[in-house]
Amino acid sequence: MTGDVEDVLAQAAAWRDAGEQVAIATVTETWGSSPRPAGSQMAVTKSGRMAGSVSGGCIEGAVADAALRTMETGAPQLLDFGVTNERAWEVGLACGGKVKVFVEPLA
Amino acid sequence: MTPALLAALAEARAAKQPVVLATRLPDGAQWLLPDPAQPAALNAAAAHALEEDTSGTVKLDGTDWFLHAYTPPLRLIVVGAVHIAQALVPFASEVGFAVTVVDPRRAFASDERFPNVTVRTDWPDEAMAALGPDSRTAVVTLTHDPKLDDPALDRALRSDAFYIGALGSRRTHAARLGRLAALGHDPAALARIKGPVGLDLEAVTAPEIGLSIAAELVAARRGSPLAPARPAARAA
Repeated sequence: MTGDVEDVLAQAAAWRDAGEQVAIATVTETWGSSPRPAGSQMAVTKSGRMAGSVSGGCIEGAVADAALRTMETGAPQLLDFGVTNERAWEVGLACGGKVKVFVEPLA
Repeated sequence: MTPALLAALAEARAAKQPVVLATRLPDGAQWLLPDPAQPAALNAAAAHALEEDTSGTVKLDGTDWFLHAYTPPLRLIVVGAVHIAQALVPFASEVGFAVTVVDPRRAFASDERFPNVTVRTDWPDEAMAALGPDSRTAVVTLTHDPKLDDPALDRALRSDAFYIGALGSRRTHAARLGRLAALGHDPAALARIKGPVGLDLEAVTAPEIGLSIAAELVAARRGSPLAPARPAARAA
């Protein structure tokens, strides 16, 4: 075992090999008290499976929604969550940090 | 990410090769670095990310890149396949260390006692020479037996290991430092050895002691104020 990042990518590869459509979300920048550092990853399948995390649980739902869009369009997205962003309150980034998350298809 | 790129990344990680996955954020184009075919500035930024063991976004020629540093796992060499080692190994594995247990006493160093861990049954000085501890390696001795602990500590002090810890009471530790001094280690070098090993949790049971050692490894790795003070450089 060598840390969770490898596990997330291995899980993503395994899901894809099993015929699932998969997207990978990666924290690219953080400010303030973000709970997970840059490089933290989450894999999401079209069928709704999730592995890993990009926050303490506050934005995973919103990131999973974005991942579904990315799987449909094939286009990567750079998501911006923070307390200065109205949307962040909606998804509840209660920790007060800011984070950017890159979402890409595994394809 | 293309499946081919993910496979190449997995292969590099399996070979314990430090690599950076560079993503050009505006369009998601990706490369695995170092790659001589890519611009020098990008390769230099990747080399810096690996050196710092930190992933992050950098701006190159006005374009945002995410550089994801994949460094090989930290290593932990545990000398002494004892009960506390059995407790320490799972904690250390969970927090990201690739663990090797060294003990020439085969009754202790059995795969049954240490499933899913590399176990070596050569003498600690030979094992340490073969393993070559570097600045991403921690060494912990747990045998209480100078014949086994001392050669390992001697080798560890001659390496760049980022953490060295030795199990034993303060009195045992003082005697140990005397023996290592006789091997030519000066006080600055000996100060690198944390003894007694582990954060002071008033730990009593083997799992508690294992936890205290694993916690200290994390503190040392992350540069916490709880970590033992680190002398600037090795003496030898």
